[in-house]
Amino acid sequence: MGAAYLIVLIAAAIAFSAGGILIAKIFVKGTKNHQKGQAYECGIPSEGSPWNQFNVGYYLFALIFLIFDVELVFMYPWAVVVKELGMTALFEIIVFMFILFMGFLYAHKKGALKWI
Amino acid sequence: MFSLESITTLVQDWLNKTFSPNLALFFEFVIVGVLAITLFAGLGLVLVLMERKVAAWIQIRLGPNRVGPKGMFQSLADTIKLIMKEGLTPDGADKFLFNLAPFIVMMVAMLVLAPIGFAKGFQIWDINIGVLYVSAISSVSVIGILMAGWASNNKYSLLGAMRSGAQMVSYELSVGLSVLSIIVLTGSLGLNDIVLSQQDGWWIFKGHIPAIISFVIFIIAVTAETNRAPFDLAEAESELTAGFHTEYSGMKFALFFLAEYINIFIVCAIGATLFLGGWMPFHIGNWESFNHVMDYIPSFLWFFGKTFFLIFLIMWFRWTFPRLRVDQLLNLEWKYLLPISMFNLILMTLIAIKGWHF
Repeated sequence: MGAAYLIVLIAAAIAFSAGGILIAKIFVKGTKNHQKGQAYECGIPSEGSPWNQFNVGYYLFALIFLIFDVELVFMYPWAVVVKELGMTALFEIIVFMFILFMGFLYAHKKGALKWI
Repeated sequence: MFSLESITTLVQDWLNKTFSPNLALFFEFVIVGVLAITLFAGLGLVLVLMERKVAAWIQIRLGPNRVGPKGMFQSLADTIKLIMKEGLTPDGADKFLFNLAPFIVMMVAMLVLAPIGFAKGFQIWDINIGVLYVSAISSVSVIGILMAGWASNNKYSLLGAMRSGAQMVSYELSVGLSVLSIIVLTGSLGLNDIVLSQQDGWWIFKGHIPAIISFVIFIIAVTAETNRAPFDLAEAESELTAGFHTEYSGMKFALFFLAEYINIFIVCAIGATLFLGGWMPFHIGNWESFNHVMDYIPSFLWFFGKTFFLIFLIMWFRWTFPRLRVDQLLNLEWKYLLPISMFNLILMTLIAIKGWHF
């Protein structure tokens, strides 16, 4: 039953955003010329396309993030039951985190975390 | 005693008595939708004004004081101004993605409202995996920001979006780990269960030093996740004009702006729920008479009081600390916050298993 409210909320968000944009469209009589359509960069006509290569560092950080995010997803169910399972669960998660931490240290040693 | 729960049950009973079940359900949906939109608009107006007033107070100046008594209607006037502005789409932009991005950001902000308990028994959906739901949905907003930056066909926008993406995914780990340290104590992911488990004191007081450490990490990390100063590299105005929303104007810009403030409210509400007891009044152990006196203050006042205290804290950061460089930002997360919060989580688990908390 509750899941239906998600659809309600999505509909509310769309109605709110679309309503605002439509009201603005009704009130505003825009003019159009060449200068208005230019990218807002420096004032002089911009050179080259921005859809280009960018720093590989972003990609490396995204990869390391992926490792730890998957670890986090595994740890949500663990966190719910760890109080009942006791010390065994704690030792197991320490082993699990240790292995991932080794990977993290490897990435660190390789210089993946250094911003160039 | 005034409570929102009695009003909702009253409305529900009246609807069920008057209309057929399907129609009553439809009216409930409409009421929820209208309330959510009202909350959005109201919070946007209040938070923008609050930010400007707090900034003025910290910098010893007056702030907005012309429109209405003490400048109360300033943000309303700004809204009218933004509606009157022309919404431009640059010629080179990817038109579909450019127009879609504000919708995605708004949808994410709206969806995360669902599991938050605003007052006792006043919650849109008491989902039993509340915390997981919040962290899953809120990470979708990265897509909206990347989409906005990429579709703008502007170098500053793309740079801002890439920085924002790297920053938001990095700090999500610290948020997750500090949230987990509270989940370990409560043993439930539902936000309502977490609030109820704080009946004899809030977790920040009950959980010893690890709870305080994870609270501090949480506050730092959510400041970075919402792209607020001192972590506002995504829209560093001195280097990138306005970051990912440089090309947006008029109402579409207003939607990004609104979503940013709503996100601040949401993370502060989650922080208040996890660490400061949500709508739970300030209780101390088994001091029955003291707890009874505290119960007289309505629960929604407690919730909004705590949330606005955290929002004030985040605004205070903005006007106190200088902006970090991008390498410093990533160093802070990966070399300090992440190892500290991992160790902190293990410590907290030990405390929870041994029962050393209060």
